[in-house]
Amino acid sequence: MSKTSRTSITMPSSAKKGSIIEIRAIAQHDMESGFRYTESGKLIPRDIIRVFTCTYNDVEIFKADFYSGIGANPLIIFTTIATETGVLEFKWSGDNGYEAVNQANITVS
Amino acid sequence: MSKPQFLWFLAATMILNSATLLAASDSSKSKPQSSYELMSSENKAMQDDPSLNPAMFWVGDGEVLWNKPEKNNQSCASCHGDAKKSMRGIATAFPKMMKGKLQTLEGQINQCRVSAQGASALAYESKDLLSLTAYIAYQSKGMPIAIKETPENKSAMQKGRQSFYQRMGQLNLSCAQCHEDRAGLKLGGSPIPQGHPNAYPIYRLEWQTLGSLQRRLRNCMSGVRAQQYEYGSPEMAQLELFLAWRARGLPLESPGVRP
Repeated sequence: MSKTSRTSITMPSSAKKGSIIEIRAIAQHDMESGFRYTESGKLIPRDIIRVFTCTYNDVEIFKADFYSGIGANPLIIFTTIATETGVLEFKWSGDNGYEAVNQANITVS
Repeated sequence: MSKPQFLWFLAATMILNSATLLAASDSSKSKPQSSYELMSSENKAMQDDPSLNPAMFWVGDGEVLWNKPEKNNQSCASCHGDAKKSMRGIATAFPKMMKGKLQTLEGQINQCRVSAQGASALAYESKDLLSLTAYIAYQSKGMPIAIKETPENKSAMQKGRQSFYQRMGQLNLSCAQCHEDRAGLKLGGSPIPQGHPNAYPIYRLEWQTLGSLQRRLRNCMSGVRAQQYEYGSPEMAQLELFLAWRARGLPLESPGVRP
């Protein structure tokens, strides 16, 4: 069973070479912790995003492991240095075959 | 201070006190305050910036549903066209009397689904109903709530007002005791808001998801250990109507973020 969801990236579309750019990546996900019970007392199985990675022209520049304690619809804000024109690719993957991919272009001058 | 002087002083202070009290309740009535004003700057930023507001995911889902044909090949857009135009300002007028029945925005969406689209009604708090509500309410963002007391809604308004001032539950509290008399004070460290429904559906951090006004009202009812009104019940619609009228003029913030 594989599933995906909405994601959103916010970052500048152009930057000066060597400048620091801020990247915001948010994914729509319930992040079910695996510690909660239904009203009838049944354990709700864990269903979370496990790993988030960001590559810049196929080079990994940021990676984060997610755990049960992270809230729903996790937002990650991080920075990187604009080195060259190209594509940033973002990938979230998690339990039950969850996978979401998004990308953004940047022009460096 | 001689005795008569003291009495005069006492009387004057009492008059002054009641004057300030009157002024305070007057200003709270004439100018409702959104609970947005009570939030931290981080939470405000989360609501204001679409790239931070998680509720925008539901707005996106709502847009997809708006254009999705149902059983008899009718989508919302088949009748209503572009929501950005046709739904602008719509949410500011709900709950509204429709063919003699008081309808909330959620109720009207379901009414349309059943009668015009040949589809089944969506469950309250289901993702689809919240998404459509959020998408429609979002088209009125920034527009003031425009509920008036009319001959048609007068009796519903009266019942809603009654609910608001009615003590209920084991704690024997009315909505007004907190959200009118004690608004601006604190309850367990959290500020008590005036209780205006101007940002629904809201992404509540406590819920970790989007929720309707009725979910929020049921929260308060269970908080005072009262029997909760059912989702979609006439009592809920009447209370929603009175609350909207009470908040008239306040701009809609939908979809809002609340702690």
